[in-house]
Amino acid sequence: MKIAIASGKGGTGKTTLATNLSSYLAEFHPLVLVDLDVEEPNSGLFIHGELIHSEDTFKKIPIWDKNKCTLCGLCQEVCNFHSVIKLGNQIMVFPELCHGCYACSELCPDEALPMISEKMGELKYYETGSFSFVESKLDIGQEQAVPLIAQTIAYVEKTFPDDIVKLYDSPPGTSCPVIEATKTADLIILVTEPTPFGLHDLKLAVATMRELKKRFAVVVNRYGIGNDDVLTYCNGEDIHILAKLPNNRKIAELYSRGSLVYKEIPEVERELEKIAIYILNMKVRVKK
Amino acid sequence: MKIAFTSKGTNSESMMDPRFGRTEFILIYDEEKDEYTHFDNRAVEEIAHGAGPQTAQKLFELHPDILITGNGPGGNAATALKQASLIIFTGAGQMTVNEAYAAYKNGNLNKL
Amino acid sequence: MKEIVVVSGKGGTGKTSVTASLSFLGGKDVVTADCDVDAADMHLLLNPDFAYVEDFYSGVIAKIDQDTCISCGKCAQVCRYDAIQVDDGIHTVIPLDCEGCGYCARICPETAITMKEQNVGKWYISTIKTGGIMVHARLGIGAENSGKLVARVKNEVKKIAGESGIDIILVDGSPGIGCPVVSSLSGADFVVLVTEPTVSGLHDLKRVHELVKKFNIKSGCIINKADLNPEIADLIKVFLGKEDIIHLADLPYDETFTKAMTMGQTIIEYKESSLKKDIAECWQKIKHIIYI
Ligand code: SF4
Ligand code: SF4
Ligand code: SF4
Ligand code: SF4
Repeated sequence: MKIAIASGKGGTGKTTLATNLSSYLAEFHPLVLVDLDVEEPNSGLFIHGELIHSEDTFKKIPIWDKNKCTLCGLCQEVCNFHSVIKLGNQIMVFPELCHGCYACSELCPDEALPMISEKMGELKYYETGSFSFVESKLDIGQEQAVPLIAQTIAYVEKTFPDDIVKLYDSPPGTSCPVIEATKTADLIILVTEPTPFGLHDLKLAVATMRELKKRFAVVVNRYGIGNDDVLTYCNGEDIHILAKLPNNRKIAELYSRGSLVYKEIPEVERELEKIAIYILNMKVRVKK
Repeated sequence: MKIAFTSKGTNSESMMDPRFGRTEFILIYDEEKDEYTHFDNRAVEEIAHGAGPQTAQKLFELHPDILITGNGPGGNAATALKQASLIIFTGAGQMTVNEAYAAYKNGNLNKL
Repeated sequence: MKEIVVVSGKGGTGKTSVTASLSFLGGKDVVTADCDVDAADMHLLLNPDFAYVEDFYSGVIAKIDQDTCISCGKCAQVCRYDAIQVDDGIHTVIPLDCEGCGYCARICPETAITMKEQNVGKWYISTIKTGGIMVHARLGIGAENSGKLVARVKNEVKKIAGESGIDIILVDGSPGIGCPVVSSLSGADFVVLVTEPTVSGLHDLKRVHELVKKFNIKSGCIINKADLNPEIADLIKVFLGKEDIIHLADLPYDETFTKAMTMGQTIIEYKESSLKKDIAECWQKIKHIIYI
């Protein structure tokens, strides 16, 4: 069972929901939370546990072999990402820009650009009780999130059994990283706010999910602020609203300190329960 | 000395382009010959990512001794320029090329 | 011409609301650019008329001409992204998976593959409610922001400002620390950092400041929701002092931001809000700084 939590843009409470929901669910069902917001992973600020495993993650980049190179310049010509250039009698590779397509390496007539592994980030796996937490983080300067997301998902699939609930905290937006993060999920929870910004971004996220033909539902965060346009939109479009997390300054304060919210605010716990029931029901159905 | 400027036009009256990677032109002033030549860099507009190294490469082929620009090259461009053993001056973003040259002569620009 | 760029490193700090307010205060004396194209929301507050629209192309993806293809399978072999699917001997490209590396097109023995430019969205020139001009963009699904798009929007804004003799350019910068934000910052005269006193807010502020420092641009900081967590707000102030960042304003946690937004207004237009004065002062400060 794989669930992805996503939102049209950052700052709608995606991390708040991911951390609170996973901590709550883990109280009665084994669960792993995976932070795929690899450029800015924040879930770790809220979740503490024992470090079980840590590994560096790598991507493939070409490295220049000066002795074999005849300076023909073909590599520079074939690289569509401008990540290898010829500077005088030198070939320079820009690892951050490289997409690892192998074109320069395999087309080089003199085998002067072999592909090697370069570190792009780190993956860490923590555990407390039946709650596991996996986080990946891109190194500063690395620009491609997608390969790290793909590797992290592969690690989680390989490490955890099928019947554990896997909760993916996706990066914000509607671009490639989100698509990668939601690709294999059984359900996507879209988090939004009942404001014009929230509605606008929700519509984009819904369009993306429909294009990908994904099953999705909505959680409204900061309910009570703004207006009812998000609810009206969801009703009109036949989109299921799983829960409404209340608007409350206390929540913002708890968040600012890195504390979990539902343990102190019963209303939030009640809403999380609704989501939990939905997920566990769905899990039973998926199994059948 | 050959001095390169990131500029918005093709002569020394032109405004400087404060950007390095996406500069519109590279203007070269040859002090010995007292002569300006230019390189049209506007094709870089079409590059989604990695404009910095691309422009650095063009600059490299023009063999200047000094580069005068606005904000200064960002990460990737800076790495590439290291290979070029070139002296870089920044802080000339809001001037004409003539003014930038004068400011350089008077020691009013920041050396990187 | 002076270019002010507003950035925050991450979402949810109120950056767009703040930028829209500054744009409103600037009125016809500023040209506004929305470079936060992943979540382009500023138009919801500034009411642009979308008067001029143009398609935006960026990047390429492969396309196989079925009439020329001899199903040799070489393309699928070299593609590192599994973007070429083979169904009954027919080779096709999965657009969402294609990275546009062009490797397949180079090695196809029948030259059956062409790299097609992709229409990734649109960009607009609008007159907004203040009578000022705004340049903004909208991306299609799966499309990502790029240095190219940001540079395009900014170039257009500069052209307009130059032609109409307007001296101030206000840019809502891209989030994150990647290529789009580099392009947002490049050429700026002053950077406004918008942050909030949360553990992640401070962390992101530091990351984006690293980048600003590289460019050697003067910067100031607005701490939004400053009273939410006074301890972290203090840590932020220490950081600002140490890094020589001008502390522009502390804005209190205030739901009128959202109330105004619900009415499609910037906070400046909203009937009652103590924030009005704070932001107006902040705008005066910024103008003062860029002209000395
Ligand atoms: S293609 Fe190979 S031989 Fe040619 S310049 Fe590049 S590295 Fe050197
Ligand atoms: S592997 Fe591909 S992206 Fe990387 S440098 Fe070579 S051609 Fe460019
Ligand atoms: S390499 Fe060219 S000819 Fe061969 S399967 Fe691919 S498209 Fe067809
Ligand atoms: S362009 Fe590159 S990614 Fe796209 S199909 Fe061809 S080889 Fe694959």
